[in-house]
Amino acid sequence: MNAVTVNNISKSFGAIKAVNNLTFQVEQGDLFGFIGPDGGGKTTLIRMMNTLIIPDEGSATVNGLDTIKDYKKIRLQIGYMPGRFSLYQDLTVEENLNFFATVFGTTIKQNYDLIRDIYVQIEPFKDRRAGKLSGGMKQKLALCCALIHKPEVLFLDEPTTGVDAVSRKEFWEMLKRLKQKGITILVSTPYLDEASLCDKVALMQSGNILEINTPENIVKKFEKPLLAMKSKNMYKLITALRSYKFTNSAYPFGEYLHYTDTRETYSVEGIKNYLMQMGVTDAEIIPALPNIEDTFMQLMEKGND
Amino acid sequence: MTENINVISAEKLTKRFGSFIATNEITFDVKKGEIFGFLGANGAGKTTAMRMLTGLLTPTSGKATVAGFDVYKEAEKIKKNIGYMSQKFSLYEDLTIKENITFYGGIYGLTNAEIKEASERLLNKLKLQSSGAALLSSLPLGWKQKLAFSVAVMHKPKVVFLDEPTGGVDPITRRQFWDMIYEEAYNGVTVFVTTHYMDEAEYCDRVSIMVAGKIEALDAPKELKRIYNSDSMNDVFIKLAR
Repeated sequence: MNAVTVNNISKSFGAIKAVNNLTFQVEQGDLFGFIGPDGGGKTTLIRMMNTLIIPDEGSATVNGLDTIKDYKKIRLQIGYMPGRFSLYQDLTVEENLNFFATVFGTTIKQNYDLIRDIYVQIEPFKDRRAGKLSGGMKQKLALCCALIHKPEVLFLDEPTTGVDAVSRKEFWEMLKRLKQKGITILVSTPYLDEASLCDKVALMQSGNILEINTPENIVKKFEKPLLAMKSKNMYKLITALRSYKFTNSAYPFGEYLHYTDTRETYSVEGIKNYLMQMGVTDAEIIPALPNIEDTFMQLMEKGND
Repeated sequence: MTENINVISAEKLTKRFGSFIATNEITFDVKKGEIFGFLGANGAGKTTAMRMLTGLLTPTSGKATVAGFDVYKEAEKIKKNIGYMSQKFSLYEDLTIKENITFYGGIYGLTNAEIKEASERLLNKLKLQSSGAALLSSLPLGWKQKLAFSVAVMHKPKVVFLDEPTGGVDPITRRQFWDMIYEEAYNGVTVFVTTHYMDEAEYCDRVSIMVAGKIEALDAPKELKRIYNSDSMNDVFIKLAR
């Protein structure tokens, strides 16, 4: 069964089409990622699905309920953690949690099981005002507040933006545990490397979905053989490749750069010879497997053609 | 290109806020033309350290010079000799592209002639010649960040501080941004950069990792991966900071 369905949904703000005629479904129990840069339409899309914005066109359902007609019912069944910290800064940790539990007609005690793993980490600071918490603790409190009424569907808007690599990893581990409890999770992120942690992802740019699939299947769509190259002088290497007539793409990827060629068949030796002529004498060239980011960039380039 | 001249030099640099030690005796040098990655978990003390190095915050103890100037006595000279941009604040949304360039040129003490020259050079390079009169707010995020970087180096500073410059930017633009960083470094500008993208840590000549106010590791990415027996900087970071 589908937890969320979205049918030909669009939303514009003035001349800007934030979300452009999107249709897709999210299955119950899935951890579903909306992945892409700022300005992709992720926030607008989430806010249409969770009943906070009315679409210009199209419709959406959550648990089979219509987001416009049944918005009040939907709001009782979902949790939402907005991108910007929006708890009460002048209430303490415990007061915030109590407030949200009460608003939804429940108590902390009743649903404590669901938040225990997360709440124990901030419990030592339960008398501290939310405004005085560190970024990581704010994020954990916000997640607790979004969960305290035991929602069936959880919407998280960029929960890991600006968060360091360690806290990001911990956050995703928390999401995995929530998923095991049967909650459907829809999460947006600008970090492409987080795609592989989702069951299914929608790659988004400028209001459009470039691709929607499992992370494994998205990577399979990469169309060209990929080479990884490195040299002591990466700047020289990349400059040389940019002026090479057979270069299709050349982008830095951590320690290496990833290269694709415009030709159907070619030899690595030929590329090495060219690089030698350009003064790059130490180039190491090996075959590489594409990742989500390679695929995203290929899809972006296609869209720009 | 890295040269053997220290552009940043810190020795036991410390900042206390009451009983809390935000930055605890950090010691390191950054060379001319070097791309230096300054990493650490949220709350590890990076921002405090950066504020001391940019002349915005007086240290509690220790020594540091930036672009040859002392952080205690010559903070104003430091501000004139560095560039700075961050993801959170860089340019003014309600000024046009050209007005932003003129404004920052003035702040950095360029003459009108120099501003005119820099403005043309910069707009040409970014292929924004025809957009000079457009409001900054009309530019996509990635372009804003590229423009902000160009503005941060328009006065040819000895060192540029970049605080999470690529957050939320699409993957192609993020790489174009790093092309610009490489080019400036190649021309002798020292680049001091913080990021949460661990692949970007690999683009740095050397990387330091702060944990709880101290620098726990400092070396070339390749060396760090060898020392911590890891295949990526992400792995190194998680081993150190967790």
